[in-house]
Amino acid sequence: MTTAIRFDTIRLPPEVQALRAEVRRFLEEEIATGTFDPRSSGSARGYNLEFSRKVGARGWIGMTWPRKYGGAERSHLERYVVTEEFSAAQAPVRAHFVADRQSGPILLKYASDRIKAEVLPKIVRGECCFCIGMSEPGSGSDLFAARTRAAKVDGGWRVNGAKIWTTEAHHADYMIGLFRTSPPAKDDRRHGLTQFLVDMTWPGIRVNPIIDMSGRHDFNEVVFDDVLVPDEYRLGAVDLAWQQATSELAYERSGPERFLETSYVLFDLVRVLGPQPDLRGAEGIGRLAAQLHVLRRMSVSVAGMLAQGKEPVLEASIVKDLGTVWEQNLPARARELAAFVDGEQIDRRLFDERLAYAINIAPKLTIQGGTSEVLRGIIARGLGLR
Amino acid sequence: MTEIASLAAETTTRIFRDLGDPQTLNSARDESWRAPLWSALEEAYLTRAWVPESLGGAGAGIADGFEVLRIAGAFAVAVPLAETLLAAWLLARAGLEAPAGILTPAPVREGERLDMAHDGRVSGRARGIPFARDAAHVALLARRGERPMVALVERAQCAIEPGADLAGEPRDTLVLANVRPLAAAEAPAGFSEDQLFSMGAAARAAQMSGALEAILERSAAYANERIAFERPIARFQAVQHQLARLACETAAALAAAGSAAETLETARDFDDAVLLEVASAKIRAGEAAGAGAAIAHQVHGALGFSAEHALHRYTQRLWAWREDFGSESAWAARLGRSLAARGADALWPLLAAR
Repeated sequence: MTTAIRFDTIRLPPEVQALRAEVRRFLEEEIATGTFDPRSSGSARGYNLEFSRKVGARGWIGMTWPRKYGGAERSHLERYVVTEEFSAAQAPVRAHFVADRQSGPILLKYASDRIKAEVLPKIVRGECCFCIGMSEPGSGSDLFAARTRAAKVDGGWRVNGAKIWTTEAHHADYMIGLFRTSPPAKDDRRHGLTQFLVDMTWPGIRVNPIIDMSGRHDFNEVVFDDVLVPDEYRLGAVDLAWQQATSELAYERSGPERFLETSYVLFDLVRVLGPQPDLRGAEGIGRLAAQLHVLRRMSVSVAGMLAQGKEPVLEASIVKDLGTVWEQNLPARARELAAFVDGEQIDRRLFDERLAYAINIAPKLTIQGGTSEVLRGIIARGLGLR
Repeated sequence: MTEIASLAAETTTRIFRDLGDPQTLNSARDESWRAPLWSALEEAYLTRAWVPESLGGAGAGIADGFEVLRIAGAFAVAVPLAETLLAAWLLARAGLEAPAGILTPAPVREGERLDMAHDGRVSGRARGIPFARDAAHVALLARRGERPMVALVERAQCAIEPGADLAGEPRDTLVLANVRPLAAAEAPAGFSEDQLFSMGAAARAAQMSGALEAILERSAAYANERIAFERPIARFQAVQHQLARLACETAAALAAAGSAAETLETARDFDDAVLLEVASAKIRAGEAAGAGAAIAHQVHGALGFSAEHALHRYTQRLWAWREDFGSESAWAARLGRSLAARGADALWPLLAAR
């Protein structure tokens, strides 16, 4: 009996595990010198240009890219290890991570040689922050409903409209935006969208902050008012952006950052329950650790299959759905398991403070980068149900 | 996959499709299907997959044997294939040959030990022994003092207190009072009940992952056939999302069981990494079994609840297999105690090393 689902048992090779040791030493040094504090909940995965520059100096941004653009031509599994160590340590990667994970690879594939030569080395040095212009007021999960319009004019495109929930737009040097260049076709509503590289300093772009429920400013609204985009900044064929996704989406969906965002709560829980937890605590820790281990094995499997040139699109969606639901439930489960830890006897202030932060950000985890509902639709299609 | 592995997989699929199809077995009026299915498995050496050729076995790898069990699980295996494999493996670990016929291992529960006296006779109780009453022989791990000994005994020499799991399959208590083994030998240095429980737990995880694959396929097919409100129920988003969740649970069980199988193939000792892998496989496959069976039943509606439909052959075994060789809770408590003792800072490095 066969199904379409396949998770090959893949282990990270020894040279990759050696890189891990190097990454850990680097993180320890940066924590020691105060570049970031892994215990402060607020800085979790924050924007820190100094840190990103140091990561760039190590050669760990764009590390799979060609040397002629500053890359190191290392393997995707090596990048995987860097990403998971940074995620587990709550390192502040916001200034470079989007560019490293998805914007750079899109530029490599679709940008002109001149743009590649100009932008990619800056990304690699950790000096260039990207944001993604997908969601709009009125269209989030339903990307094909995007209305921000790029109208053909002499020498380029005139963009009008707005993007929303744009993470780090207030820091970003560039956006890769999805704009409507033609009306949807009658028989294919995916038709008519085109990707563009946008320099955030161009005239006519306004970034308005959106403060989230935890009090943080990650999100923004980006308004385009007659912004002129030269045709050289078009990425890929006009009207056919929907054809350009597949394996990039698999990278975006299945990485370790998709289940490690709140993982510190588990490590804190083990700390606060102590070396000899009661039976309830022990069982709780055991289950959570087993679930995390299996998620990680699934994610490594997808990374390995991608490295072999396969396109495990269904599997990647499964990893993101399971992973984000897990990291979302983790704070709730940890709260229950720590319920009887008496704060008078054991100092649980740091645990509580970081738990509160995790509970506050948990709702976004199953929304960002493709909601659970969208993912389940993709999985259902893979099962032949739609 | 190695050549021997793909041959074993093909043979297993063929035998179960021809002689062990769950719907056919479910409609059968008697047990006459049992003997032909068992003989076919024995003749193909599948019951001896984990026995080296020098001891008359098939000499397949550990992971290859687990692959056979995954496929058997996809047919809701109702014969003691896993039990015979495990018992023969245990005997082979001490260099003992396995007799033909049905075998089962003992003990299978954490904390239980059988004693071997200085004259070599074995005594003790082992609960929850799968298919004990059907077995011709039992492969035992017993302790002579602290020394681990493997022994082969005739089942007829043991008393049986019958019991059953919730699929109705035998889970008997085996009582030994000064039973003289047919053969006995010292287990390799460092061997303990943990290794036997680990192999058993990984075997059940493999079976569960296969059974989940089967109920996913059957549920998706049924949703595409069944018409309600003038369209196939697969067209309803509520149903699609249920099945997507079943696919996620199936995927987790497959990945977990596969990872544990590969670990046991190369493991030397029962160390922290083996505990993590095996416990995670049994915990996660067990969780998937519960969640997955519920979804399969919901999608099948009342039809799947009838005795006539074969779905329950899968779901009842999925529920039952969770209990064998340590439940999710038992493994989780053990894993959790171990992780807590190692400390919070050691948790991520342990995970990342796998």
